Formats: sequence, structure tokens, C-alpha cells
Amino acid sequence: MSVLSLKDVHITYHTAAGGVPAVRGVDIEVAKGEVLGLAGESGCGKSTIAGAILRLLPSKTKVEGSITLDGEDILSMKLGRLRAVRWTGASIVFQGAMHALNPVQRVGDQIGEAITVHNQAGEREAKVRVGSLLEQVGLPTRRAADYPHELSGGQKQRVMIAMALACNPSLIIADEPTTALDVMVQAQVLRLMKDLQRDLGLSMVFITHDLSVLVETSDRLAIMYAGKIVEEGPATAVFEDPKHPYTAALAAAFPQIGDLRFRGNPTGLGGDPPDPQEIPSGCPFHPRCPAAFADCQRTVPELYTAGAGRRAACLLVEGAHTGAAEVAE
Amino acid sequence: MQTPPITPGGDPNLTGERIPDSLAEVRSPRQIRRARRRRALSTFWAQYRKSKMGMAGLIILAFFAAVAIFAVLASKDGLDPTLVEGPRLASPSTTYPLGTDSFGVSVLTQVIQGSKISLLVGLVASVMSIAIGALVGIVAGYRGGTYDTLLMRFTDFGLVVPWLALAIILASIIGPSLITIILVIGLTSWPGTARLVRSQVLSVRERPYVERARALGGGNWHMIAHHVLPNVMPVILANAVLVVAIAILSETALSFLGLGDPFSFSWGGIIESAFNGHATTLGAWWWIGPPGICIVLVVLAFTMIGFALDEIINPKLRER
Amino acid sequence: MSSPTPRGTKLAKGATILEVEDLHVTFKGRVGLLAGLRGNKGTQSRAVDGVNLQVRKGEVLAIAGESGCGKTTTARAIMGLQPVDAGTIRYEGKPLPRNLKPYLRKVQMVFQDPTGTLNPRQTIYEIIAEGLRIHGIDRGPGGEPEEQLVAQALSRAGLRPPDRFFLRYPHELSGGQRQRVVIAGALVLEPEVIVADEPVSNLDASVRGEILQLLMKLRADLDLTIVIVTHDLGLAWTVADRVAVMYLGRIVEIGPAEDVLLRPLHPYTKALLDVVPEAGGLERPILTGEPPDPTKIPPGCRFHPRCPVVVSGKAAELGIEAACRGEDLGLDEINPGHLSACHASRRLGARAHEAIVEAVAAIGREAGSDPGTDADGSPDGTPPGSSAAT
Repeated sequence: MSVLSLKDVHITYHTAAGGVPAVRGVDIEVAKGEVLGLAGESGCGKSTIAGAILRLLPSKTKVEGSITLDGEDILSMKLGRLRAVRWTGASIVFQGAMHALNPVQRVGDQIGEAITVHNQAGEREAKVRVGSLLEQVGLPTRRAADYPHELSGGQKQRVMIAMALACNPSLIIADEPTTALDVMVQAQVLRLMKDLQRDLGLSMVFITHDLSVLVETSDRLAIMYAGKIVEEGPATAVFEDPKHPYTAALAAAFPQIGDLRFRGNPTGLGGDPPDPQEIPSGCPFHPRCPAAFADCQRTVPELYTAGAGRRAACLLVEGAHTGAAEVAE
Repeated sequence: MQTPPITPGGDPNLTGERIPDSLAEVRSPRQIRRARRRRALSTFWAQYRKSKMGMAGLIILAFFAAVAIFAVLASKDGLDPTLVEGPRLASPSTTYPLGTDSFGVSVLTQVIQGSKISLLVGLVASVMSIAIGALVGIVAGYRGGTYDTLLMRFTDFGLVVPWLALAIILASIIGPSLITIILVIGLTSWPGTARLVRSQVLSVRERPYVERARALGGGNWHMIAHHVLPNVMPVILANAVLVVAIAILSETALSFLGLGDPFSFSWGGIIESAFNGHATTLGAWWWIGPPGICIVLVVLAFTMIGFALDEIINPKLRER
Repeated sequence: MSSPTPRGTKLAKGATILEVEDLHVTFKGRVGLLAGLRGNKGTQSRAVDGVNLQVRKGEVLAIAGESGCGKTTTARAIMGLQPVDAGTIRYEGKPLPRNLKPYLRKVQMVFQDPTGTLNPRQTIYEIIAEGLRIHGIDRGPGGEPEEQLVAQALSRAGLRPPDRFFLRYPHELSGGQRQRVVIAGALVLEPEVIVADEPVSNLDASVRGEILQLLMKLRADLDLTIVIVTHDLGLAWTVADRVAVMYLGRIVEIGPAEDVLLRPLHPYTKALLDVVPEAGGLERPILTGEPPDPTKIPPGCRFHPRCPVVVSGKAAELGIEAACRGEDLGLDEINPGHLSACHASRRLGARAHEAIVEAVAAIGREAGSDPGTDADGSPDGTPPGSSAAT
């Protein structure tokens, strides 16, 4: 059974200028012990999905479809139950570790708070648990007495990970957890997360714009564009042999050193990600797509099967176009 | 306070993507600058117009500005106690809508003439205060280091000087006059502005666009004129409006203490003579009330305008 | 192509156009008045600690390294934005004069954050024209008026039609467009050199390639020399002719991009290459420890506390361990044009690459750890020198 399941989720933000559709029909399944990488650029809706899973979005936001965590429907959940599920069922590691910690509270107490608030243990037990959590994330137990400003960026992110693990959640959502970190520290934190995930059998949703990071950490990849998933499949296959031109462009932004195709030849897409209030007709990617043809302006591509365990929302996927053309006629 | 002209077709939404099509034909830099100003002004006005408080303040202020202009043009004969023949301490009537004082001078005429002096003192004193404050703030914030330390200690000193005592001393040296009042207010009310401007300059100075201008080869003057001032100006202006309100109140207080020009009428001066003429014990409310109400209204108007400007300048406040 | 002023005598391609010699920049920590009187000098952070660099006409030189390594400080010093403690910067062979203005016309900078770099109260036109106005240029060499020069710069930077952008404000543009505006603002002065500090790291992934493409095209069309500061070795691989790797305020390896990135001669370069994310990359060795602290530069080779060659015992085997721990060293030319500051490469020459690979393999997943530190942290647990900007 899957730990997390999103079915036909639509999310619309409420703004003064009208509704902004940030997510437009997304299906996601995360199995037990699986890491799903969710990639896409700013504004594609990936962080909105993270917020929707824990119901952290602004109250006026409209969320349609169904989101279930361990078989429980999140969207219809009562507030009390929701509080319990946040952190015990699913927890989140944010990108801004620097600001997510309370600067005037010792980090040990902050982790302990997460445990006692959820009645998982008494004060004394919590203290022991904090120590072992810190060791798990590679920090000495004595760091519990430190204030956040005494820690470096990488150490703070480790504390955030310890907090996320505090209540033994079945799912961890990592939203750009290493974006603000330096290359070396990023690699350390990524490895820590991957090791913990493997050892504890955690399910994870890993969100970032950096496709190369996802390839390292994820089992499966889902690429989002303009509020929809445009490609999904096994991580390495998607990265190395993209079926959707957008995935190809994203992958090319993180070239492999030694690959002569990229030497002296930076490749990128023209144009900018679309305004969620003015999504282009047909395939939303067609104005920027190097391979677009006439039909792309008219036909909205579905996720077509594109090889073993892979799907891509592109009319170029074999078999998709003829079928689509028939529909169009 | 001039009301900006309403330009049709202006985009009321700051984040709006729409640009009038005619702009594509605009070519010369001067035209571009003018078009930009026009657009900025209309954007600003469209935002300002949305503030009920700001509009109310503007209307009250416009009224008193009109009264003051009328006072400049009107004859001042009715103010000389030796020439008037009105009844003494008469209550309001059709001939004397606000009654007369103990010399038989019409209170309405006094209040009208007083508007001129009160507004004049308020504006001139605050221009002076803003000029000093902005200069000190910009130099301290932009130069930093020793300049900053010295100027800010000086500002702190200015903040704690008891201005009333200073005013009395100054008045006794120069003699009570309009100039004294303006000088006293101007010289004592700038430290607040200086601190505000300095903090704003400090934040602007660290912005990457200032660094970019430096990398382009721009000198200090360029930086102050093109980057610091334009970004600090809105804060200075919004603050200026509030300083005017304070200046008018200060003028009232100083005049009431008899430090004003004995030969010209200001609202504070009217209240002083009413007080000395025992208006309160004689029950002559029409003598002491109207100038007081005028002061409250004008100060309120400036404050409301200040709030409205602040809301436009600080987008964070706008959210509420 | 027209330029605002006729250019002087042109340097031959490949000649040294910009030279940095023994550059030192120190950031001083704040000291309280009393502590200062007692002779406490505060912590000194040696952000740039002896950088030597020659930039050749027409090349793309990438300066790479972790944050705090001094790469951005070096770039800022080149632009005269950073007071320098010691060292000389020469442009076309001549040390920089006191008045930098004429120099700052020839050398332009492109910044990391295009949003912050543009004054929100200026229109795009004013932003582009700013350089012209600062340098008092009101006509191009062919007598073009200002608006034509601005239009030319915008369309060269790929913002077309240019007059559609004149009256726009930065917030009305996308991130990629803003960076193009910054580039156009630099181009309008017809520079010889562009110093780009992390020009794409704040941009969306799909837009990055385009901006880099633009820089490459400008280099080809306008004969530009580009110094690009980056933490991303993948980016260096795509655009750079030469790569310089910095560690703790020094260049530890410099050479042609292929040599440095494919056959590194310094263990630090190897470590940086090992953390470039790629499939299965997490099984490769990763240096432990925080980014190095420029307030406490170790004696000897500044990399030795984290160096896999030292930690693996390879250094002892080669008989250089004492040198690694006690003897500071500069760059040696190992292969033509490929320089490295490492005792192993000094001893072994080009074979150092194999030695480094062996040493790294011997350690396995966890390469080199600073003795006496936490699993993750600088010795006393304080965050590393935050004053050193990079």
C-alpha cells in the first residue's frame, strides 16, 4: 500500500487578482520506503504540493481531489487529528533551516518539544531521545545545549532533520533542504538523508529544482511544469534519457563534467515559465519547446506511457501523437 | 500639498504588466523621463485615492489652504482694535458669525488671518527641520564611521534638549517674533527625521544596486543623487507631513506662552489673548473654541495624510 | 558594430589583459572600545591570502571554490569594490591608477542577484543609460544619441524589441530578463572584460543555459574576456577555457578546464569534483567538516587537515607528510599551463593525479576529517568566518 497518495489534486490560491491555479491535476503515489523526487522550476507548484500534504497552505486556498496519508484522508481530517498527523505521520524539512529554528531556545529543547507536544514521551524520556536523534544526524549529544547561532548552516539543517525524525513519521517531505548550503555541506547532508531513509525505511518526497540532486537521492522522479506532472519514471532513466523536452532542458542545466556535448555549449530554453494565470493553450510548454509542432498548440497532452514504468506528457512520445490527432479531429 | 493631476489611462496596479501602447513610440530620453514621471504620479494618485483617511485629510487641508489664501488677499483692517466698532464679547450672530473678543474684533476674521500664520510657520519650520534632518541623516548614514558617530551623538543631544526651555531662551535673546518661532521649531524638531533618514540610508547603502553603480564607476554624488535620495525621498516626504503637524502644534504652544509675534495673529496667539482676556471665566467659548478646533483639524489632516502616504510607501502596511 | 568611443590599441588574443599579483584582503572583526585599548585586535579573517592570477585576452576564466574561499572577494577587489591590504592589480600591464573611472569603463561586472542589482525605482532605460551618464557619454562614436546606444545594448543582450523595455520597471520582468538587463547595462559601455559573479545561480534552471549562451555569444561577437566566479564546476565545464580553484584565500590549482576538471592535480579539486551531484554520486567520497574558516588558516599546506592524501597515509608513504603539515607552498607548473599547489604534485608531477585517486579510494566514503572536531563542525563549534563574503 502506498504511504502517500494524491489523486487528481487541484490547488488554487486566492489572491486579490483572482484565483491562481498553482496545481492543475496531479496524481502522486509514494510507496513505503520509496523516495520520490519532485522537480521543477519556481512557480511550477512543487512546494504548493508539499504544503497541501500537511495542510499548511493559506486558509483561503482551494484544494480539490484527494490526498491520503497511510490511508487516511488528509483533506477531510479534523483539526485535532491533523495536528497529530503533522509530525507523527508526516514531517517536513524546509529550505530555510536558518530561519526555521527559534533563535532564543536551545536546539535540544526545540527537538524535545516536538516529542512532548505529541505526547510521545515524558520530559526525561524525551531528553534521552533527543540525544540519540542528534547522534543519528551526526551531531554530538552535547550540541543539544547549543543555541542555533552557535551552529553552522549544515549543522542547523541536521538539527532540522533530527526534528523531522523526532516522532517517527512514516513520510518526510524535504522541500529544497540543501539549496542554501555550500556544495560540500550539501553533499554531506544529502548523504545523511539518504542513509537515514535507507536505515529507517522512510518514505520521502524530495523537492528541488536541481535535477542532479534528485538523481542522487530519489528512486523515482516526477517533473512538474505549470502545475502538472509532465514526466515521471525511474530516476536515472528519466535523467539520462528524458522523454519530455522540458526534462531534457532541466537535465542539461546540470551537465556532467567530462560530457563533451556540453563543453563550450551551454544549452537552455528560451522564454520563461508561464504565468499560472495565463497558461498557454494545448501543451503548456509549447511556447518554449524546441520540438513543438502545430498540434502542440491545440492538444493538451496526457501522461502517455513511455517505456517501462515511465510516462511523459508529450505528443512526441511514441504512439501519443496519432491517437491525439484522432481525438483532435 | 498639491493634488497630483489625474492622468487617464494610468495603471492603478503597481504590479500590472500593462504598458500604454503609445509608449512604444516614445524615443528621446527627456520624453522617456517625462512619461515615466507621469506614470509614477498617476500610479501614486490612484493608490492614494483609495485611502479614505488620506482623502479626508486632503479635503480638510485644501479647505484651510483656501482660507489662508483668502486671508492673504483679504483686507486686514478689521483686526485693529482701535478701528473696530463692534460690540465687546458678543456671542455669535449673523454679523459676527463667531462673535467678537474683548476689544470687539471679529473672532472669525482673526481665525481666518490666523490660518495664514499657522500654516506658514508650520510649513517653513518643517522645511527647515526636514532639510537639516535629511542632511544629517544622509551624511551620517552614507559616510559612516566617525562622521556617523559624531553626527548621531549630536542628534541624540538634540533629542534630549528641552525645546521649550531653548525656545524661551532664544526668544529672550532674539525677541519674540515669527522668525524666533520658526527657528526654534526648525532647530529642535530635526533629530527624529535625521534618525529615520539615517536608518533608511544605511539599508539602501548596502543594496546591490548601489554596488553596481560603484562598479560602473559612479562616485559618491552619483550614488546619493541617483540611488540614495530617490529611495529615501518617500520616507522623508511621509515624515515631513507629520513634522508639519508637530510644527503647527509647537507654534500654538509657543504663541500661547507669549513667545510669538505680538503683532500678527496666529491660532495659538488668539488662544493666548482669549486666555488672558478671561474668555474661560467669562464663558466666551466662541473666542477660545474656534482656533482650538482649527488647530485640531489641521493637525489631524496632516496626520491622516501622513498615514495614507506611509501605507503607500510601506507595502507591508498595505496588506492589512 | 559601433562603440561609444574608439578603442585604443588592441591587445593580441591570449596576451595578459588583467593581472592580479599577491593580493591580500583581510576582514577585521569588530573590537569593542575597551578591548581595543587593551590591545585586542579582534579576529582577522584572511579572505584573500596571496592570490596571483593572469587573465588572458579573449578567454573565459572560471574561479571556483566553496563559499568563504575568497573567490567573490577577489572579483570585488578586481572591480575596486573591495579595499585591498596588499597586492597589485594591473590592467593591460599598468597598475590601476588612483582614479578608477576610466578602468571601470573597460571592466564591467555582472552580479549574482539580478533582482537586488537593479534599483526598483529606475526604469530599464535609466538603468542601462546609467553607465553612459556616469562616464559622460552622450553620443556614440558614429554620433548615435543615447537612446540608440541603450537600444543597441538591450538588443545585444537579447531584449527585443528594445524600446518595449524602456519604460518597464525591474519588477515587471522575469529573473532571466533582469539578468539580461544587468548584462546590457555592462555592454553599453563597450567593455573589454566582464567579471561575472555567480551570474546564473539565482536563476531558474531552464533559464541558466540561455544566460550562459548569451555570455558565450557576446564573447565571440565582441571579443570579450570573461572572468566567471562560480561554485558550480559543471558550469565551469560548459563555459570556461581555464579554471582556477580557490581554497582558503589562495588559488590551489589553475589550468585548462579539461586538465583541471578531468585530471585534477590537487586533492581539493578532486574533492570538489566528487561532490558534483550525479547518479550514484552519494557513494563517492565526500569531505567531512564544515567549509574552512579563514580566521584560522592551518600551518603548512592549508588543505592538509582535510586532505585525503594526508589522512590515508599516502603522504607518509611518499615522505611528504612533514612538508604537508609544516611547509606552506605556492603554485608549481606541473604540466604546461597547469599549476598546482600541492606537495604531492611537487613530488610526483603529473602522476600526482593517480596518487590522489588512490588516496581517495583508500579512504572510502568519508574522506579526510579535521582532527579534534565534531563529526561536522569547526574545532570550537563556532560557525565559520561569516565575515568573509563569497
